[in-house]
Amino acid sequence: MGDMMNDNKITLKIDGKTCQAQEGEYILNVARANGIFIPAICYLTRCSPTLACRICLVEADGKRVYSCNTKAKDGMEVTVSNQEILEERRAIMEVYDVNHPLQCGVCDQSGSCELQNYTLELGVDSQSYTIADTARETANWSSVLHYDPALCIVCERCVTVCKDMMGDNALGTTPRGGSELNKELKDSMPKDAYAMWNKLQKSVIAPSNDTGSTNCSDCGECIAVCPTGALVSRDFEYTSNAWELKRTPATCAHCSSGCQIYYETKPTSISDRSEKIYRVTNEWNYVSLCGAGRFGYDFENRTAVKNEEAFGNAIEAFKAAKAIRFNSVITNEEALMLQTLKEELGVKLINPDAKAFQEFLNSYSAASGKTLWNGDYKEMMKNSDFIISVGSALRHDNPNVRYVFNNIQKMNKGAGLYFHPVGDSLIAGLGKNVACIEHKVNREEAVLYWILDRFANKDKLPAEISEYLASFHTKTAKTISETVMEDVKETVVDDESGESKEVVKKIPKTIQKEIEVDSSALLEAFDAPADFEDLVEKFLAKKESFALVVGEDMYFHPQADNLAKLVALIENTTEFKVSIVPPKTNSLGVALICDLDDDASGYTIGYNEAGDFRLSALGDGDLDMPALNQQEGTLTNMHKKVVPTNAALSYGGYELNDIMNALLLGKRLTIDWTKELPSKKGFQAVEFDSLPNRYTNDGVEHRGYMLESQKTKITVSMPDKMTANDMSGDIAYRCNPQRQFNEFTAKAHQIFEPFALYVSPAKAETLGKKAAFDINGKEFVLDVVIDEKMSGEIVKLPDFKHSSEIYAFFGKNRFKPITLRKV
Amino acid sequence: MHEEIIHTDNTPKEKQNYVMLKLGRTPAYGWPAFKQVAKRAVSGELLVGLWITLKEMVKTLFMGGKHTTMYPFEKMPIAPRYRAIHNMLRLLESGHYRCIGCGLCEKICISNCIAMETRYDENQRKEVSEYTINFGRCIYCGYCAEVCPELAIVHGGRYETASEQRASFSLFDDMLTPIDMLKQQQEFAGFGSVTPNADAAIKKTPLAY
Repeated sequence: MGDMMNDNKITLKIDGKTCQAQEGEYILNVARANGIFIPAICYLTRCSPTLACRICLVEADGKRVYSCNTKAKDGMEVTVSNQEILEERRAIMEVYDVNHPLQCGVCDQSGSCELQNYTLELGVDSQSYTIADTARETANWSSVLHYDPALCIVCERCVTVCKDMMGDNALGTTPRGGSELNKELKDSMPKDAYAMWNKLQKSVIAPSNDTGSTNCSDCGECIAVCPTGALVSRDFEYTSNAWELKRTPATCAHCSSGCQIYYETKPTSISDRSEKIYRVTNEWNYVSLCGAGRFGYDFENRTAVKNEEAFGNAIEAFKAAKAIRFNSVITNEEALMLQTLKEELGVKLINPDAKAFQEFLNSYSAASGKTLWNGDYKEMMKNSDFIISVGSALRHDNPNVRYVFNNIQKMNKGAGLYFHPVGDSLIAGLGKNVACIEHKVNREEAVLYWILDRFANKDKLPAEISEYLASFHTKTAKTISETVMEDVKETVVDDESGESKEVVKKIPKTIQKEIEVDSSALLEAFDAPADFEDLVEKFLAKKESFALVVGEDMYFHPQADNLAKLVALIENTTEFKVSIVPPKTNSLGVALICDLDDDASGYTIGYNEAGDFRLSALGDGDLDMPALNQQEGTLTNMHKKVVPTNAALSYGGYELNDIMNALLLGKRLTIDWTKELPSKKGFQAVEFDSLPNRYTNDGVEHRGYMLESQKTKITVSMPDKMTANDMSGDIAYRCNPQRQFNEFTAKAHQIFEPFALYVSPAKAETLGKKAAFDINGKEFVLDVVIDEKMSGEIVKLPDFKHSSEIYAFFGKNRFKPITLRKV
Repeated sequence: MHEEIIHTDNTPKEKQNYVMLKLGRTPAYGWPAFKQVAKRAVSGELLVGLWITLKEMVKTLFMGGKHTTMYPFEKMPIAPRYRAIHNMLRLLESGHYRCIGCGLCEKICISNCIAMETRYDENQRKEVSEYTINFGRCIYCGYCAEVCPELAIVHGGRYETASEQRASFSLFDDMLTPIDMLKQQQEFAGFGSVTPNADAAIKKTPLAY
């Protein structure tokens, strides 16, 4: 359907310049993409127009319209500014400046302020309006958010982004208690300025739950979008001016979304001139960050020095090693080095998360004939209006997938189905057309079979599968009562003329009717609610573009192989665009580059993992390694892109390439490996330094390059039948809290989520404050933390710490029976 | 062309008006030379000179005609536009330091010698927790004082920058007006202002005779 939309090109003129656009685009976005400046404060590119600032007023075909919410039409003539509009805009900016504190000198926005910019742009050099000020107190909304209502211009960008993009819906407006506007102004001042002021004077931003604290995922996107210094991070507040910070474009190291970020650095202090990251910023019109990306930046290996003795030991260790255990928080280049070690020295490579993902991808390729899936998240966000998520804890696993899911509900008038054993009230609340189906553990096969049954093109579906699907259906006769309108003839005598007339009246009548109902046993298999079919029918009304997201539960699953085949079949026989979410930062890259092994015995080198000799970017190993904010390289993200990341901080120790050099396998620099990445897997032979990492004004992402999906041989034809793998008793689910992904986020000082058991409020009552359990004879005593958005009996056990034990405990399944003891 | 440049004629074109004095011949030896020395020695010219010296000495010592500044005990008043070690001023009403930590001085400094640290303090204000000027680098250009929106940082008259360590002057507290000296704190008169005692300082040059 995306292809269809591409054809609907239209042409319009903005200030005399001919612009090409897609039908349905807003004038403002067309102008921005064509390098024409229209002032706008409250509009966010991927969110719904708020219409709070009214400054984007333009004249389109002689009529005054707001460019942020008026769709471009073919042949439209747009004038950005005329005398009247300029007066209107100037009046708006004057009103915004009324009572705005003159503390620009200390404000954290430090000149990168849209209020300042537009005040200057529109030449406001005098003030025509006054009103009594209202006392407004500053407040801390959460562990990271600080709000100063005096600086707030109530553009509601924070509210909009929180609702339309992040889905937390944690912010709203609340009455300001300000003075009433002088009614005479209504006639004397420009109309839109008055309307804007009238609204501004009545509201101020506050957490939407009336508690004074946001209780959200602490992503900080509201801070990013704030045009003034009203919303700032509590940690960053008053510590630096924007101009002092050096911006290094990079890629976030925490999850497979691989968002583009800027590390902003300056010297630590007067006495310590080494660089420190003060904050992370993003291109918020085009990419949204989660809390880990924004606040989990200080995970660098600070104290690393070139310790020659340790280096010598490392070389010895590599010569003696039988296996290397690592995780996917590494670059493609490092993965390639490890693969080279395997080829040259014969060591085994062990990486549980990438291994499971690799097996899943291999099964998928064997069934679909290509290495990569056909879905694209950016495309989904733009076009899809029906999305299904299976096997992914949407709130935890990958924030950007959740944003896509949410954005589809809010912007595309979409609908969504969320299949997961753990109930989640946040996902359920993302839109009125969202249904959460809490199925039993390991029932993903039933869900995928249902998708095939419901959506597959029956002609394309293999006969065996059709038969198998048909076997679930039973037709039963059912008596239902139905209300029908019945025509009743009546004789009416007209009062005046005395004539009698026959009139037909409609009278409702309830009748009993016997119908044939088609029920599917598949629905029972995933515990669908009684009205599920009707619900789906309702959701699908007027829907055109379907998306399916499959997550980590599917790779760590007893039937993972079969699920991969089913996913391939869905992709081939339905209209769904399928996306597969890599479990960790660079799992896709590692899965493509490395030839991974199952567990091996013998002398093991651990790279950021447990081992007999430990290489560690966390600073606690036998030899230091650079963290991902200290090294150059590329990452392969879930968008199937190979994106570059840069070193924001200096690093004093040895790198993996130094070890490679000592083993006579290295290259001059780590980034010399970039062009060696395997082209057989879809990588390109390009120099690292030629990879771009930026967005342009039309929202186009110029970052690295797209992986090319390779054709593979189809070796398996049919998915197998469903297998039941039920569990009983207490069940643990391997799932990290919202802002934790790995040891690196745990190291960051602004990420507070503890390593604990996360449970629903109901479950917490049975467990008490602490609970204990054993993993391979080692006792873990963890705090029980209530996750208010969770429901059900399953407990979440994180893997961001103690990962080797946790992965060993769970094995090839993300769910595992667990015996919990009260402490 | 080349030849011409080398042979440029530099001799003056007009005749010079030299006048020859008729001093007679200077006695070179013998009796005439002795006579000249004896005449000059006893003629009293020496005493004329000594008398002037004596008069000036009396004037200087006893009649206040001394021009010597007894540095370092005594210092010449320095012009307000002189740019020496910086002063950090306080607000006269509250005594709180004026600096708001906006960082403009740090930004404008062309020798990159100002560094500061700020933080969010208990009173919800921006506090300057550390401030330093590296006087090894400072070129006393005055941009920091000019850009300061609060008239907080100004140049003072403290030009003696010899010390065991340059760091002796460079911290915020070293530059800040001592709280007990708040009443004596001088406002910066601005660029182009003249020395306060400019009139009084004007004296005849001692070489006027």
